[in-house]
Amino acid sequence: MMPRVMPLSGDPPRSRVLAVVLIVIMVGLAFAPFLFPGAKPLNVAAKVCIFIALAASYDLLLGYTGVVSFAHTMFYGVGSYGVAIALYSLGARWDAIGLGLAIALPLAALLALAIGLFSLRVQTIFFAMITLAVASAFLVLASQLSWLTGGEDGRSFRVPELLQPGTVFVPRDVLGVAVTGRTLTYYLVFVSCALLFLLLLRVVNSPFGRVLQAIRENPFRAEALGYRIVIHRTLANVLAAVVAAAVGALNALWLRYTGPDTALSFNIMLDILLIVVIGGMGTMYGAIIGGTLFVLAQNYLQALMGTVSTAAGEAGLPLLPSLFHPDRWLLWLGILFIASVYFFPSGIVGKLRGGSG
Amino acid sequence: MSAQDSATDASAALPKARRDFLPLLLPVALGLAALPFIPSSSTWVTLTIAGLAMGMMIFIMASGLTLIFGLMDVLNFGHGAFIAIGAYLATLVLLPLGGWMQADSIWLNLAAVVPAVIVAMAGTAVLGLAFERVVIAPVYGQHLKQILITMGGMIVAEQILYALFGPQQIPLPLPTSLRGSFQIGEAAIEKYRVVCVVAGLVVFLSMLAILNRTRIGLLIRAGVENTEMVEALGYRITRLFVGVFMAGSALAGLGGVMWGLYREQVNAAMGGELLVLVFIVVIIGGLGSVTGCFIGALLVALATNYAGFLVPKLALVTDIALMVAVLLWRPRGLYPVTSR
Repeated sequence: MMPRVMPLSGDPPRSRVLAVVLIVIMVGLAFAPFLFPGAKPLNVAAKVCIFIALAASYDLLLGYTGVVSFAHTMFYGVGSYGVAIALYSLGARWDAIGLGLAIALPLAALLALAIGLFSLRVQTIFFAMITLAVASAFLVLASQLSWLTGGEDGRSFRVPELLQPGTVFVPRDVLGVAVTGRTLTYYLVFVSCALLFLLLLRVVNSPFGRVLQAIRENPFRAEALGYRIVIHRTLANVLAAVVAAAVGALNALWLRYTGPDTALSFNIMLDILLIVVIGGMGTMYGAIIGGTLFVLAQNYLQALMGTVSTAAGEAGLPLLPSLFHPDRWLLWLGILFIASVYFFPSGIVGKLRGGSG
Repeated sequence: MSAQDSATDASAALPKARRDFLPLLLPVALGLAALPFIPSSSTWVTLTIAGLAMGMMIFIMASGLTLIFGLMDVLNFGHGAFIAIGAYLATLVLLPLGGWMQADSIWLNLAAVVPAVIVAMAGTAVLGLAFERVVIAPVYGQHLKQILITMGGMIVAEQILYALFGPQQIPLPLPTSLRGSFQIGEAAIEKYRVVCVVAGLVVFLSMLAILNRTRIGLLIRAGVENTEMVEALGYRITRLFVGVFMAGSALAGLGGVMWGLYREQVNAAMGGELLVLVFIVVIIGGLGSVTGCFIGALLVALATNYAGFLVPKLALVTDIALMVAVLLWRPRGLYPVTSR
């Protein structure tokens, strides 16, 4: 761990347990294609990477700037749809991905700038309401403009040949695991998400990040010291939006599909909120812990709920089958969410650091 | 309007506040502006009545939210849940009384609808009490937590509705005597829409009367202006908070019943969908203002109806466009209430 001070921007985990858990997660993700072969585990690993970066960008807003945005999935969706539409209409070419990004990232930045300048002037509650309204309008637009977005069905597309599952670099009999275009895509996702995370860590530990924290703690005082609140909050919003759009583009590349459910749905927004709150607001590392726990739970616990539900149904218990039905996943998430806001406002990372952070 | 008049009556000795009529003209202006684009005047009448009816329903749902915010500085993201719960409570009464609903007698119809409305409002008021005491009370004054917690409450409530009533839509047919329409000239006006307009006006006017003519209303208005001062004068502001929260939740429940009957079906997702609309209305009106909320609701509903007729695709974004336009004109909404 020699080079840890530079890439971590002088903000180490500050807890031995936390450091160990983080290293385990990082190693697990870095060697996921070899440690956990198979389509589903790799899918889970990619989703973990994507959610870590997405939640980290949201933590910049919620944890460090102290504003609640409900439009984070909108930016995520802008990135997803940008790449999806470009690849769908231009075919599986690298320059299509570039074009998609070149349109989506500035678009996300512009949208975030407009929303921020509009609604961050007054008070943060206004921002929460307006982002909710704008995000739901965007969702409706995306599912209605079917000539562009494919409507409710979304767009399936082909990725460049290098990234396709059919492209084999190292056949199965050499390493025991075939290294294909899919593996390459995974590493593209992993490395990009890691870089985005380190970038965000750099930002929150920069002087700019310190000003954001000052504004969160006491806006009046920060303004009195000469920092323009609107400008700082809006910049944080723009930065978070651009990162979210980039992560959305990675998600689209990984799934080779973009639709309202995978890119824009309000459920993703709730997932992000939950990850950030449970992991620990304003810690960045919370996104790694929360994201990993959440995606693992979503993929493996939800199946367990189904078992409980059927078992309760066979035992003839009233109401329990419908409460534990896998579709009621959100119910338990919601309860967990409320409980963690009340009882663990500093999240897992805060607990591990023992309140020193 | 009467709100402004009576407010100044009560304080005749004080210098008169500058009245601001401009926003009141907006819905009228919008209606007249749409007139030339719509081919026949009978269509215009139908659309306008439909818009007014929809606006009144949205107002009933939104008025509670705006009052709660104005008085307590709490923005209840769970408000949408009360709308859905109200509608579901009404189905509990109306579906067993299906025979009375379908009977061709206005009295039997009323005998079904009135208890349903009472059950819905009482139920949501009691739930509002519980929600305020258990969920919101610990986080007064902390906006960030309030937003997160009430949003969580909204999700949990929606999921519980799914678990209890199932994911399917529940049909909720209108009672027979409210079906059909009046024919005035060439314009067809649905009866239920007229009922909605009347109900909305009754709620609006009685709210203004309570706020401006009663002692409680005086305390509420004083609380909106300066909570601490009211407390210092010896009034229990907490009781007032709880009362307003219950009333606001009951209004959300009433709005939910009306909306369910208007759509003739009820589903658990309606709360979330309407919450967005209600937020837009409250933002347009200016957070905390009842009159602003009324005008905002009418504006949004009229614009949606006209746009839906003229350019259906555009109707998807009229709410947002309207909100942006109003905020460009008045960045804090039509009637900003407090300095907060």
